[in-house]
Amino acid sequence: MIREFGPNEIIFIAMAIRWTIALSAIAFVGGGIGGLIIALMRVSDRPVLRALALGFIRLFQGTPLLMQLFIVYFGLNIVGLPTSPWIAAGVALTLHASAFLGEIWRGCIEAVPPGQTEAANALAYSYGVRMRNVILPQAARIAVAPTTGFLVQLIKGTSLASIIGFTELTRAGQIISNATFQPFLVISTVAVLYFILCWPLSLLARRMERRFARATAR
Amino acid sequence: MYDFKFDPVFAAFDQLLLGAWFTIQMSAMAMVIGLVVSLFGAVAKTSGIRPLRWIVDTYIEIIRNTPFLVQLYFIFFGLPALGVRFSANEAALLALVVNFGAYGTEILRAGIEAISRGQIEAALAIGLSRLQVLRYVILKPAMRTIYPALTSQFIYLMLGSSVVSVISATDLTAAGNDLNSVTFASFEVYLVVTAIYLVLSLAFSALFAAIGRSAFAYPVGR
Repeated sequence: MIREFGPNEIIFIAMAIRWTIALSAIAFVGGGIGGLIIALMRVSDRPVLRALALGFIRLFQGTPLLMQLFIVYFGLNIVGLPTSPWIAAGVALTLHASAFLGEIWRGCIEAVPPGQTEAANALAYSYGVRMRNVILPQAARIAVAPTTGFLVQLIKGTSLASIIGFTELTRAGQIISNATFQPFLVISTVAVLYFILCWPLSLLARRMERRFARATAR
Repeated sequence: MYDFKFDPVFAAFDQLLLGAWFTIQMSAMAMVIGLVVSLFGAVAKTSGIRPLRWIVDTYIEIIRNTPFLVQLYFIFFGLPALGVRFSANEAALLALVVNFGAYGTEILRAGIEAISRGQIEAALAIGLSRLQVLRYVILKPAMRTIYPALTSQFIYLMLGSSVVSVISATDLTAAGNDLNSVTFASFEVYLVVTAIYLVLSLAFSALFAAIGRSAFAYPVGR
């Protein structure tokens, strides 16, 4: 039987947006922690740490997100974990976000004037104190706009989780599309929902970027 | 301990290479056609004609704030409802062009806006012909400005094109899917496919960097 594309179907798709948001949140928080570690490794004094972090970033920026999802999905079995779209999508997107945020934040840390590090060293601050109280708070201010921009990329990236069977916005759309045979309406609805989610963030990122450019212009 | 089965994957390595070749061709074609779209977009956006700018802005915002996968589904599954039908490979190319066009427009616009009026006037004043001005004062510096962004956008395009395998276009990932359904060595197949993508993106980065060094190896005064 062919279902109508009515209010119930729209609600079904709209409700699936919470799984898109949940997956984005997991990847963003996980990637935030991982990204901070990668960024700190990238600016470390030890060449080994720098090389490891660079390799990690090159690997994840040089391969498709879809392949990263596939490898984690099929690799879960090998390391003895159950094959679950939730775990696979969460892990793969977290690693992906760690690499990208790590590279973005490295740039922000390096944008803090070197005089700040020298001053902190002159005051005999330890590495931890210098990073926590001097460098990172200043880097964070620079990082807000590009990080928001990346969040949009990440939200769009979660759509690929539908391919390994994770039911989020895109997958919910496919399910309804298959039941109603109204692909044009259904996919348009899905696109509009993504747009509602991403556009405000894009605008915010651009506004902050412009304000920051004005504030630092000489 | 898991027993890795790489032999059947390497036995069919030529299939993967064929897929990789398709991915390169499709990406290159999407970039060339996408650049034409971008040029129109950038000229329209900087033309000062309001309605044109609104149309281009709407296009850019829609493309940049929706996933590529959804754009691909829209073209391949959505448009046939309006009577516009494409083969999988055509839909894949069209989706890549439409997607690249939005990002390319912004890159080219930045290049156009970076050209300084004073430089053009100075060049004309010292007696350069209009053609020389176009070539040496407008195009070459503009190319230099947009080159890094454009080349990294090509790498994004190539990696992102992996998604077109879901509508059974015949790219590298799809070649992996086919091989997977014959060998059942999923992890091994996708590991090798991923390695090929990595080699492609590293090779193209190196190639673009080398071209950039030789083409734009003149000093700039600031």
